[in-house]
Amino acid sequence: MATDTFDVIVIGAGHNGLVCSNYLSRAGLKVLVLEAAAQAGGACITRSFSEGFAVSACAHSVSQLHPDIVGDLGLESLGLQYAVKNLKTIALSEDGNHLSILGERVEGAQLSDSDRQAYGIFYNRTKRFAAVLANLAGKCPPRLVEGGLTEKLSLFKLGLDIRMLGKTEMREFMRIATINIFDVLEEQFENPLLKGAISFDAVLGAHMGPRSPNTVLAYIHRQMGSLFGFAGPALPQGGMGTVTQAIARAAVANKVDIRYNCPVKEITIDHGRAVGVVLQDGSTYSAAQIVSNADPGTTFKGLVGYPKLDSGFARRVENIRTKSDCAKLHLTLDGLPEFTGSSDAGQRMLIAPDAAYVERAFNHSKYGEYSSAPAMEILIPSVHDASLAPQGKHVMSIIVQYAPFMLRTGWDTQSKQAFTNIIVQRLARYAPNLPGLIIDSELLTPQDIEQEFRITGGHWHHCELALDQIAMMRPVYGATRYSTPIEGLYLCGAGCHPGGNVMGMAGKNSAAAIIKGRST
Amino acid sequence: MNLKRNVPDHDERMLLNTPFHSRLQKACELNEWEEWKGYKAPVIFTDLAQEYFAMRNSCGVFDLTPMTKYKIEGPDATAYLDKLMTRNMTKQRVGQVLYVIWCDDEGQVLDDGTIFRLTDKRYRLCSAGRHMDWLQCTAPGFDVEIIDETAEVAALAVQGPTSCNILQGLGWDGLENLKPFNITHFQFGETPITVSRTGFTGDLGYELWMPPHCAEAFWDKLMEAGKDRGIMPIGSRALDMVRIEAGFLQAGVDFVHAETTVRSGRTRSPFELGFGWLVHFDKAHFNGRKALYQEKTQGSPHQFVKLDVAGNRPAEHAFIYNKHKKAVGSVTSAVWSPITKTNIAFASLETPWGEAGTELYAEIYFLRELKWTREMVKCSIVEEAAYNPVHRRAVPARCL
Amino acid sequence: MKKYDAIVIGAGHNGLTTAAYLAKSGLDVLVLEKNPYIGGATVTRELYPDWKYSNCSYVCSLLRPELSRDLELYKHGLQVIPYVGSTTFTRDGDYFGGYDDHARLYRELSRFSVRDANAYDRYSADVSKQTRLIRPFLLRTPADPTSFKPGDIGELLYLAKTVYSMSERQLHDTLRFWTMSIAEFLDEYFETDVIKAHLAGSGIIGTALGVNSPGTAYVLLHHYMGDVDGTVGAWGFARGGMGAVSDAIQSAFLAYGGTVRTDAEVSRVIVKNGKTTGVVLHNGDDLYADTIVSALDPKRTFLDIMDANDLPEDVVSKAQNFKIRGSSGKLNIALDGLPSFNGLAKNSRLMVGDMHFIDSLERMERAYDDWKNGSWSLDPYVDMLIPSQIDPTMAPEGKHMMSVFVQYAPPTLASGAWTDTDRESFGKTVIDQISQYSPDFKDLILHAEIRTPQDIERETGLTEGNIFMGELTFDQLFFNRPFPGYGQYRGPLGGMYMCSSGTHPGGGVMAAPGANAAREILRDLKRPNIVPSAYPDD
Repeated sequence: MATDTFDVIVIGAGHNGLVCSNYLSRAGLKVLVLEAAAQAGGACITRSFSEGFAVSACAHSVSQLHPDIVGDLGLESLGLQYAVKNLKTIALSEDGNHLSILGERVEGAQLSDSDRQAYGIFYNRTKRFAAVLANLAGKCPPRLVEGGLTEKLSLFKLGLDIRMLGKTEMREFMRIATINIFDVLEEQFENPLLKGAISFDAVLGAHMGPRSPNTVLAYIHRQMGSLFGFAGPALPQGGMGTVTQAIARAAVANKVDIRYNCPVKEITIDHGRAVGVVLQDGSTYSAAQIVSNADPGTTFKGLVGYPKLDSGFARRVENIRTKSDCAKLHLTLDGLPEFTGSSDAGQRMLIAPDAAYVERAFNHSKYGEYSSAPAMEILIPSVHDASLAPQGKHVMSIIVQYAPFMLRTGWDTQSKQAFTNIIVQRLARYAPNLPGLIIDSELLTPQDIEQEFRITGGHWHHCELALDQIAMMRPVYGATRYSTPIEGLYLCGAGCHPGGNVMGMAGKNSAAAIIKGRST
Repeated sequence: MNLKRNVPDHDERMLLNTPFHSRLQKACELNEWEEWKGYKAPVIFTDLAQEYFAMRNSCGVFDLTPMTKYKIEGPDATAYLDKLMTRNMTKQRVGQVLYVIWCDDEGQVLDDGTIFRLTDKRYRLCSAGRHMDWLQCTAPGFDVEIIDETAEVAALAVQGPTSCNILQGLGWDGLENLKPFNITHFQFGETPITVSRTGFTGDLGYELWMPPHCAEAFWDKLMEAGKDRGIMPIGSRALDMVRIEAGFLQAGVDFVHAETTVRSGRTRSPFELGFGWLVHFDKAHFNGRKALYQEKTQGSPHQFVKLDVAGNRPAEHAFIYNKHKKAVGSVTSAVWSPITKTNIAFASLETPWGEAGTELYAEIYFLRELKWTREMVKCSIVEEAAYNPVHRRAVPARCL
Repeated sequence: MKKYDAIVIGAGHNGLTTAAYLAKSGLDVLVLEKNPYIGGATVTRELYPDWKYSNCSYVCSLLRPELSRDLELYKHGLQVIPYVGSTTFTRDGDYFGGYDDHARLYRELSRFSVRDANAYDRYSADVSKQTRLIRPFLLRTPADPTSFKPGDIGELLYLAKTVYSMSERQLHDTLRFWTMSIAEFLDEYFETDVIKAHLAGSGIIGTALGVNSPGTAYVLLHHYMGDVDGTVGAWGFARGGMGAVSDAIQSAFLAYGGTVRTDAEVSRVIVKNGKTTGVVLHNGDDLYADTIVSALDPKRTFLDIMDANDLPEDVVSKAQNFKIRGSSGKLNIALDGLPSFNGLAKNSRLMVGDMHFIDSLERMERAYDDWKNGSWSLDPYVDMLIPSQIDPTMAPEGKHMMSVFVQYAPPTLASGAWTDTDRESFGKTVIDQISQYSPDFKDLILHAEIRTPQDIERETGLTEGNIFMGELTFDQLFFNRPFPGYGQYRGPLGGMYMCSSGTHPGGGVMAAPGANAAREILRDLKRPNIVPSAYPDD
């Protein structure tokens, strides 16, 4: 029996849990963070997987980290430095005629002027739409009907934000917010490579293909990054772990007690109220408020347990869409691969030659198969960051879509090897010398991600970012706005508004909700 | 889940027959049937008044096989039921029957029923509606198995003052000592029959649970044993009369199943149905707890009352008005009670018009020789059920 | 030269409905039809002697009863006879029967899963909640949410009232329902694949979406929100084929003093000083009216018969971007007798209902993948009916007429336009699909009309052969239909209106777009409103 008492216990030291604990302790609360792993970070870590090499194991670039958080917590003075910022996105072409995209500009030998112009218009328009989301991302989303005056005002403000886009833009927003990126791209562009690249960004991390409605919304959501100062992704010096380490340092400076190797077994509930936690080793901690950085599934099914929740709510939790189709492949390389027609392997490279290619890749995942021709996002962070690989050698980090969570034949050594071979063969079409450079490889399937990072379904955002699971709907009725059916139990993870992507706002907003909850 | 893929004739037959059907068919002189959960069920056999008085004066037999029955079994069966039901289920003894209600997340009543604790880990739930979906939805986290055994268990209600005596005629000695809401077991030849002192009539009576194969033989034996003690098969109409007299609510009539209700404001909480006594907050979490606790502290929008209606015309479907002539609710069930000579109604009223002593009026329409007449009659709220004889609870049972 | 009060382009059921109300209001109205017969896609045709084919739309449920009654369609010959039941055949020789009576349906469902059988009640209740919500809006003109006009604010308040009559939970459920895929929606109720496949059909019929595409739950609703005599969700046959619907409306229109001209294809709408003033026909005739109403789909209206120079730029690009995708084909077959189906007695009640031959969501989704790849589905979803069992006018005695709706067929194939050989192969695919479950079917075929989306477009003028005249997705529903800013039946030019299924509330032979358009036209002409409003739904 631990004797310490705390005001708040945060379960999980992922970036949102840590952000949340920072803001809580800055408000004068005594906060304990319990982390199952030996280090902070959750799915935002740097770790080794092959002697001498390190890689950002799950999330591998920063593109949405909110500047308020960086500023409030002073992360830059606590070690957050970027090895490189604003990476260009290179849409790879097998013949070497790549496209290079950064911000509103796109360049490429075979790109028409009209596409170039159309892209600028498209970029700026989606950025304006993203600004509406970005405003909402900074606060607890209002209830639609049963909210009080503040929430009604907040709702009104959201309406006003949309109205202020102007009549034409408002109508366009209402039109495209629900539809699929495939159609929008068909309307506006000719170049298949450009359409491939944009469609890939719209489906990144999701169980969606370019033809799935909701993909425009997903793209706009991603575009929020451009408002937070990321025209392109950035790579932290030392990998993604640097971000969470810095937030953890800030927390410690703010007198947050972070304990590692402390996996929580269950949340103690007394007459509908969360009062503490029990660790797997049996030790107990109590606090007036408990915050879970874990995903909703893990929180409600695992830590609370369905017997302690109403059956209808449990059913809703079961129905949250958490399917991920994202695998991660890490390769250690004996040298820098040469991509046909490109001299800069340090940028963010995409294999998504056209939107139909991405859609076909998605088809497989609907039936429990991995893509026979997968789409990929490729980074070689060691180009910019010598700390990740020995001199002259490199580490490659690839997000691969689509690999279903439930492979029909089951994920095992054999199927993982077979999928790895498919990926490497596909890569070799663009970088012929790559296969010869590979020293070692590691494939993380969604199941591996679920296991290593304790995320149900292995989904980056914990739950799919789609119209029925965003803002005041997120993640599920009964557990929106950071609170849960259990009094005193809160959520602060990516499963909450406004989602994951190492933005940190879920943690920040949650802290505000908790502080408000204490005063009422 | 290919449970019954090889059901013969599944395309042809409109309604199923219960295992007693051959006997019901023979006895059902009026040939008046209705559909009950997919089964063919008699409405009236010969004469409504005779069937009614059989239950109050001698013995009525009702085939309740179509009633939905679930076997709930497993190491966590008790904990599971405790989560499902508003009542504290950990206090139920083996061999005991409890009347229960259960609610959805919003604390609105899904159904009522009786739960039989057959062994330490095995229960039977009997309910008017079907609930496999909700029962399964509540199961995750519990080691429990739920099986619909409606078709596997034939059931008869044997109700009325002579019921004990008649059943003793089958050689079931000691039956008189069975307490209300308790279960025992007897043999019928080689076949075991479960007997509970329960019923829907508010009188002395038993419910018998048996395997379908012995149904017809048992029926014959029972009728033989009761022929000198006024035994008579009864239909749903007579049963409806006695249950209203006894103050029993019927799902689908006095309230609707919350989960399949389409319009808002139509569902009711336990407090709004007078079932507050079935809601136990001092126990482990149960469905609807938070909503019900809130309602208990903040009050309910509706109240359920038993009414004594002036005059002798049943107030079926009547609007209820307060003294300001404002409609404050409506009647859900009503009957003229032949034995107590009272005019009874159940009504759901807006709060606070269900408080004892409130002046209320029922707007009754009745048709006589093609002429509709409307009258406003006074009604008063009563606390007790109209019919509640001492012998209903007497142990040993009074044997006539 | 004669000048009409109004000219309606296209004698489909919506064009005729608008025309009927305008004529009823006392206007001199001319309807122009390109084909030698009226009806558009609501038509009965005798393509094989003595057989009648409803060769486009084939069943009737959404036709607003308020309009049927108001236009006295019964007197003009319309009779809608409800049919019940539906069957999905499984590959293992069994079938799932969607019976209309609850007791038998429960028993049938529980052959597969007791839990599903019980969950069905929750499913129906939840779908009913949504239909109750949407039905009052069918005969209303959507508000323009960007407008501050009193009418729009009033309409927005009505919408707000509907929203605020719900609890937070109901609103969550509603928003989810409207944005979900039919597969996910069904997953929340059922565990049995064939039951899900059976119900999912209504979520994809007529759309270029798969069962896993978000938004298909709404499409299901679109098929459930109709009724036959108050039974919401029921479907019926129009006696004499669907042409009876447009014939009856035409008859009403003529009775109100209107004129219909067939073989009169409009080549161009005449625009003067920013107002539409008349039309020019293919034969060179020009006809004039103050009010021009297009019953053609938005693409045909703004891109074919109107000149881009006459239109605001945004309308042209919006029409170009309007999503109207061919996704369905149709077979109409004359049969020498009633075919038999695996395991089903010929006198089974299920025989008169819809039949489907695809027993899993995965097969349905794969059928959609074929469409995406520019091919017709090799394992197609079909909605097959033999209406001659109920309607004796459809075929000679003892013979039968079969209507086969096929999902999916693309407007053009990956190899290019449809050829005669392609059409034959497509027909063979469908006939083979049915034959797998009906051994004697092939031998009974006397004549088969095979219609690809290309054929449907050529004959009816529906762009790409899309049966709803525009996808039923959110970006194109309610005040967004056909385009944001033009959701109130008024075109971009003075005197110009739209009344096709490309406007709110969409296709499905409702006649509601036609009626709503008439109401707006009469409002602009400052004439009293004679278009009925919806029956209360309680």
